[in-house]
Amino acid sequence: MKYLKNSTSLNFISEKCTNCILCIDVCPHGVFQLKNKKVGVADKDLCMECGACTLNCKYGAIIVNSGVGCASAIINGMLTGGAPSCDCGGSSSAECC
Amino acid sequence: MIDENINILELCKKPGQFESVNRVSSEWSRSDYLGSIKCRISNSFRMKYKIKPGLYAIGEPDGNSDVFVSANYKLSFDILRKALNGLSSWILVLDTKGINVWCAAGKGTFGTEELVKRAKEIKLNGILNHRRIIVPQLGAVGVNADAVFKQTGFKVYFGPVYAKDIKTYLNAGRRKTPEMRKVKFSMLDRLVLTPREIIPALSKFFIFAVIALLFFGIQPTGILFKSAWVCGGPFLLLGLTSVIAGSFITPVILPFIPFRSFALKGWIAGILLAMLVIFSFNLPEQKNFLIFSAEIIFFPMASSYLALQFTGSATFTNMSGVKKELKIALPVYLISTVISIILLVIYKLHKLAVI
Repeated sequence: MKYLKNSTSLNFISEKCTNCILCIDVCPHGVFQLKNKKVGVADKDLCMECGACTLNCKYGAIIVNSGVGCASAIINGMLTGGAPSCDCGGSSSAECC
Repeated sequence: MIDENINILELCKKPGQFESVNRVSSEWSRSDYLGSIKCRISNSFRMKYKIKPGLYAIGEPDGNSDVFVSANYKLSFDILRKALNGLSSWILVLDTKGINVWCAAGKGTFGTEELVKRAKEIKLNGILNHRRIIVPQLGAVGVNADAVFKQTGFKVYFGPVYAKDIKTYLNAGRRKTPEMRKVKFSMLDRLVLTPREIIPALSKFFIFAVIALLFFGIQPTGILFKSAWVCGGPFLLLGLTSVIAGSFITPVILPFIPFRSFALKGWIAGILLAMLVIFSFNLPEQKNFLIFSAEIIFFPMASSYLALQFTGSATFTNMSGVKKELKIALPVYLISTVISIILLVIYKLHKLAVI
């Protein structure tokens, strides 16, 4: 299953990549692949912007604007003016993933 | 809850220095099974389904046994301990405020800081002879392996996404196949998530039902039950249809509905189902152009809105995409709601012979 075309903020800077393949190891959607011993993006549209690759890339070769891909969280963020959040903030009745 | 199968393992670090660790069974009790179902249904139950953070033992672990990191959402912990059946090992439970690994990692509670803090607090390096720690792969959203290594000396191994693959992963020398790295989202996965879509949708439906019945019931002579029911009845049925289309059918058959946009998928499911209901109940009042137009505008849109909510549960949607959808969808929802209301008001005024 793929989400919208060309919607991800994923940016892979191949010049900074050392081919340590940690991004391949942490990506839950197989966005990265090893081809001819070089890491590259296999399919950008598979990216869900979880941010695991960016956090674990020591070389700053991956930039992604990570966040929750959840409509109600984003609407919450719009209403409160903050970042999209599904945070229940301690209230027991609130929705929370 | 979990206390039923805990006993204390006295762990001797140095002669005369004992540390107690809770030992848990890898078997699920009846209440564990019951809990795993209840937390799919009730939000309040799930939010309280927690265990105490800290170190736990499975079987008879020693200094050479592996350490698996988990969240303190009890279902996450239960799935892990079940998968570790027959493997003597340690489970390090982080305080994720009762949230599962992936969501907590997104929030940062399942993260580098908490892992480092716990590892130091329980003096993990004193218990173990090795320096490796297995973190579920989805925890990588919050855990920076390099930072953990620098702060604790432990090398983080990102294990498989699913606990059921742990044994194969260990037997392969802590190596994952590409399949073990992937998050799946099967029809069954989607099906178990639908109660959480349907229940909040139904609470919105009840508000809608009251408004619809009042609207159709109001007559110059007062609120008439009969007129509320004749026109309001089909509206209620169509409202329920929207809930079924948007919160149940769309999630379950998600990949089989055309388009990638959830809003469009929901709209398609909504219009098909609404048409089916309108034409199979061929009521005289439904033939009214104003009523029919309002229904065709409003109900598929409601289904679209509900389907869009499922982006939060879907494992492949991204924030940029959802924002893109909302940017178009929200104004459309607003405008079509206003148009439907105007159409209904015109119908009502016409009925009351005002115009």
